[in-house]
Formats: sequence, structure tokens, C-alpha cells
Amino acid sequence: MNHFLTWFARLGILSQNLDILKKQLEAFKKFLIHLHGFSELFGHSIVYLFTRPFYLRDILVQMHSIGVRSLVIVLLTAGFTGLVMALQSGYEMAVYGAKMYVGTLVSVSLVRELGPVLISLVVAGRVGAGITAEIGSMTVTEQIDAMRALGTNPVKKLASTRFIAITIMLPVLTIIGDATGILGGLVISVSSLGISAPFYWMTVFRALTLNDFLAGLIKPFVFAMTISTVSCYMGFTATGGTKGVGEATTRSVVVSSILIFFLDFLITKFILSVS
Amino acid sequence: MNKKQRYIIEFQDVHKSFDGNHVLRGLCLSIYEGETLVILGRSGCGKSVTLKILLGLIYPDDGQVFVDGEEITQIPEKRMLSIRQKFGMLFQGSALFDSMKVKDNVAFALHEHSKMSEKEIMAVVKRNLEFVDLAGTEELMPSELSGGMRKRVALARAMAYQPKIMLYDEPTTGLDPITATTINALIRKTQRELGVTSIVVTHELESGFSVANRVAVISEGKIIEIGSIDEIKNSQNEFVKTFIAGPK
Repeated sequence: MNHFLTWFARLGILSQNLDILKKQLEAFKKFLIHLHGFSELFGHSIVYLFTRPFYLRDILVQMHSIGVRSLVIVLLTAGFTGLVMALQSGYEMAVYGAKMYVGTLVSVSLVRELGPVLISLVVAGRVGAGITAEIGSMTVTEQIDAMRALGTNPVKKLASTRFIAITIMLPVLTIIGDATGILGGLVISVSSLGISAPFYWMTVFRALTLNDFLAGLIKPFVFAMTISTVSCYMGFTATGGTKGVGEATTRSVVVSSILIFFLDFLITKFILSVS
Repeated sequence: MNKKQRYIIEFQDVHKSFDGNHVLRGLCLSIYEGETLVILGRSGCGKSVTLKILLGLIYPDDGQVFVDGEEITQIPEKRMLSIRQKFGMLFQGSALFDSMKVKDNVAFALHEHSKMSEKEIMAVVKRNLEFVDLAGTEELMPSELSGGMRKRVALARAMAYQPKIMLYDEPTTGLDPITATTINALIRKTQRELGVTSIVVTHELESGFSVANRVAVISEGKIIEIGSIDEIKNSQNEFVKTFIAGPK
């Protein structure tokens, strides 16, 4: 009798484990499907840039919407980052007598790391969320189907145009943001730390190397492609009405942000190992 | 073979499932060029899925679909895009592009695919809006339109590129009786004046019978009866009799 009970108990545990395994396999299958969809969208976004029609007007509209309309938030983010960095580091470095090199710290930190990452996060929040919400709403109200029914490829019309617009505008915004942050550092250095403007600029330009500029431009370029693909993919795959669009928008910002941090680590490691 | 006897669309043993729900179970259906075929059936029986398969918006699990003699279930998306230009589709919820004005909605396919000048495109827009009795609404946004007006703009948009085949997904659902009558009249007018082949899917008998040349009844993923309005009304099939008479 005991032997049978033990056997049944083992069978029960085995069946539970099989259920867990089945669920994990299902989750893995879903992950692979999303990965495939994401890669396909990324590939198509690039390929469609080189095939007719080119939608130049749509690209310019998106560049204005993504670039020009993000300018204020980028200027504020970068400007305050520069101000705070100079303020914090100035007083800390004064303890070690290194206050004069605030310009070095602010410029290197901003150009290499903080500028690309912070501005990309801001754009992922402002622009990426907007793209997912817009395309998601179009998906759940059959507007994407209507577009296809009218003989237009929605990936080309909506995703490719946004892809190229972000890829051009994010590096430009990053350069503007870096410059604004460094100017913020100058304001604090001159007004609060007693450093002259020419000396500040000298420390800035002596500190920055070609590699810093290169890293500072490669990062937003890669982040832009990531933000665009993630936000469009989340929009195209949105289901479940307005609630589903809301969830897709949140997911888009979260996934973009995580990928920005992860890719930042990979690119930094790669650049450091090469240089 | 005269024009009316040529099949322009053929479904052959089409199957489609969604997450284990077998919606279409061997659908076979042939549609003559120039006719208006109404597909009647209960909600959720696969009527809209049939239209979406025809447009290549979803792909069947099995079976073949022919449009103008060309099998469309195995062709690449690029070819399908040009095949879709033969169709005009009126979606159940209108599916107007809500970020565009009425005129840009109607002009969408012309801007995308034609080489017409802006002046010529706007002339087509004006003509189509007049056709659906909505002259002067060019500058309005879809959010400023009523449900019936949205359907009519969607019809003007679907007709803009002069399709050979018009598809109507529940064209009168959710509309008041007067607006529904207007939409039915427009469907008849479209067929009469433009000579297009039309497929109307609906669960509303009155609406279906008022526009149909032939009627097909779909149940459990298959066409169970097809014929003229009289043939359907006199059908001996139990489901068709219940569907027409209503549950006792």
C-alpha cells in the first residue's frame, strides 16, 4: 500500500514539474516569437529606407516632432545636469585641491556617458511612448489594417520614417545636450567656484579626446535605433483596446530604458577595450 | 462565358484557427464578377475573418484563395500590396485615420499610388464626398463626424482608387435605421454606378436582403446555404430557417 502511495506522490510531483516546464517552454516560445518580430521589424525598417516610396515629407514631419519638439526638455535636462554636476563635484574636489578641474569632470562625464544616456532616456520617455501610443491606437482601431487594405505598407510608412528621423535627431540632440551641460558647468564654475571662463574652457578641451566624441556619438546612434524599433514594435503588437495600448506604452518605455543601459555597458566596454 | 459568369473570387476549403478556436472549417465560396454577395451569419462565425483573409491581412492555415485567377495565400507581402489595390474595404468601425482630415483620408490611396497632381486628387476627393452626400466636409477631422458620416467618409475613401471589388464589414451595425438605410442605398448606388463586385458581411437580415444579388449563409465556419434572396428565404435548412425567422 505504502509503495503505491509513494508511487502516486512521485507521479504527482512529476506532473507538477511537467506543468512548470510546459509553462516555461511556452514563455520561452513567446520570447522567441517577440525576438523574431523585433528583429524582422528592425531589418525591414532599414531595408525599406532604400526602396520607393521614400516618404520624405513624413520623415521631415517626424524629425520636427522628435527633434525640435524635444529640444526644451533636452536643454532643461542637460542644463540642470551640468549645473548640479559642477556644484557637487566642485565642493567635493575642493577638499582635495582639485576644484580647478571641474571642467574636465563635467565635460568627460557628459560627453562620454551622461549626455547620451540621459538624453536617450528622455527621448525614450517622450518620443518612444508617443510612437507606441499612436501606432498602438491605430492597431486596435483597425487603422493599420485599413492602411494595408489601401495597398500601403505600414512598416514602411510608419516605422521606417520614425526610424530614420530618430536616428538622425537623437545624435543631434545629444550634441546640443552635451554643449548645454558643459555651459551649465561653466555658469557654476564662474559664479560659485571662482574659476575663470578661459581656464574652464581650457580644462574642457584638454580633457576631451577624439574617442570621447566618437563614443558620445555612437551611443545615441545605437540607442535611437533601439528606441524606434522597440516603440514601433510595441505599437504594432498592441492588443486589448485602450487598456492594451496603455500597457504597451509602459512596456515600450521600460524595455527601451533597460536596453539603453545594457547597450551603454556593452558599447563602453567595447570602446575601452579597443582604445 | 459572359462577364457575370466569371468567378472573380474563389475560396477553396479554407481553414483558420485562433488559439485553438477553429473559426473557418473548410470554407468554399465562389463569387461572380459584378455581383453583390451578402454573407449572413451570427456574430463570431468567421464572416470578418473571411474578408481579412481575402485582403491578405491574415493568412489561412489551410486551403486556397483565388482573386482574379491568382492564388493569394502563398504570395509575398509586396505582391499582396498591389493585389489589395483591387479592393476597397469598408471596416466595421470605419477605421478612418484619426490624425488626418477628411480630405486626406479620402485622398490617402491616391497620394500613395497615383501620379495625379494635387489638384486632380482634390477633384476626386470632392467628387467622392459628393457621391456619399458629404460635400463640404473636406476640412473636418474624423472626431468631428457622427457614426454614419464616418461610414460614408470611409466609403468615399474605399472608392477613391476605383477598386474592382468592394468589401463591406457590417456596414450598418450600430447605426440608427435611417442612417442604415442611407448606407444600404449607397452600397446599391456604388454597385449600380461603378459596376464593382461587392461582398457584404452582416448579421442584419433586412440590410443584407436590401443590397444582395445572392446570399450565402455561414455557420460553424462553412457556407451552409447559398442562392438568391428567395431561395434563402425558402430554404429548408434548419439553421437558415431559424436565422431568418428568429428563435421561437
